[in-house]
Amino acid sequence: MTDVWIVVATVGAVTVLFKASGPVLLGRRALPARVQSVVELLAPVMLTALVVTQTFGGDGDLSLDARVPGVAAAAVAVWRRVPVVGAMVIAAVVTALVRAVT
Amino acid sequence: MSKVRAVTRDVPSAPRLRDGVRAAIPLAPGPFLFGLSFGVLADAAGMGAVATVVMSATTFAGSAQFAAASVLDAGGTLVAAITAAVFLNARYVAISMTVASIFPGGRLRRLAESQLIVDESWALSGRSGRFEWPILVGAGLLLYVLWVGSTALGTVLGGALGDPNALGLDAAFAALFLALLAPYLRSRRALQAAALAAAITLVLTPFAPAGVPIVAAASACLLGLRR
Repeated sequence: MTDVWIVVATVGAVTVLFKASGPVLLGRRALPARVQSVVELLAPVMLTALVVTQTFGGDGDLSLDARVPGVAAAAVAVWRRVPVVGAMVIAAVVTALVRAVT
Repeated sequence: MSKVRAVTRDVPSAPRLRDGVRAAIPLAPGPFLFGLSFGVLADAAGMGAVATVVMSATTFAGSAQFAAASVLDAGGTLVAAITAAVFLNARYVAISMTVASIFPGGRLRRLAESQLIVDESWALSGRSGRFEWPILVGAGLLLYVLWVGSTALGTVLGGALGDPNALGLDAAFAALFLALLAPYLRSRRALQAAALAAAITLVLTPFAPAGVPIVAAASACLLGLRR
């Protein structure tokens, strides 16, 4: 089994359990408030880490390259409430243009 | 407040599955294009078309799927890719608990139908002030078909593209995560946790193997323990 399939199978299985945890396992009980507030922060925390590594990461070091203007343009787009896919296209196009001219 | 609304509002008849499907139609372009871009990017990241489509069919949660694909693309380890995706999806534990009591039937049926919980179907199902099963399942079904179908279409289109990085697809990944992150940042606590996560990731990236900074950054969610 290749790495990709191990990731697909594991993430799939865990997600199935996560989604079923309320309706199947816990019924009407609620999560303790402190656990709930930790779980609520997981998504913004992981998304931030992904933005940083995807923008500055590479070859085991930080780098400033064509991705930075692309992501900056996307940040403006997100702030101006451009839909998600629009922001992705803007980032890709700006980065590709910077790469083409440098 | 929501209770008051539920009582005072006219309730002509209980919603049906097709009301749920109908409720999700205005949202359809979003998940369709999102799935399309997952197909293109994951295939370009070297996941292969079959694994990409299988992932959409079994995980059915966009941000986690993109996370796994981007970590693998960046040369991160297996454990890092799985951890990033699993931590992102941990919110479904909390989300599924808010709708735990609306699912009818035996355990197997609840297990199957609970897989249709995604951010959008969950949000739609609570619009009337209390969570409604037909809306969640109807909307979830439409979103599922769109998601898997558009992922498959994306892998076909992606195969026709050239070098993904020359096209700026690596920046598209970053833009996607940024767009998904933005709505969370209205809460001060989430903003603080995000800032801490960014700092941890930046500090560790020059030293730690690919993927490890992401896993370490997850510890920033412990800010939630503060009162």
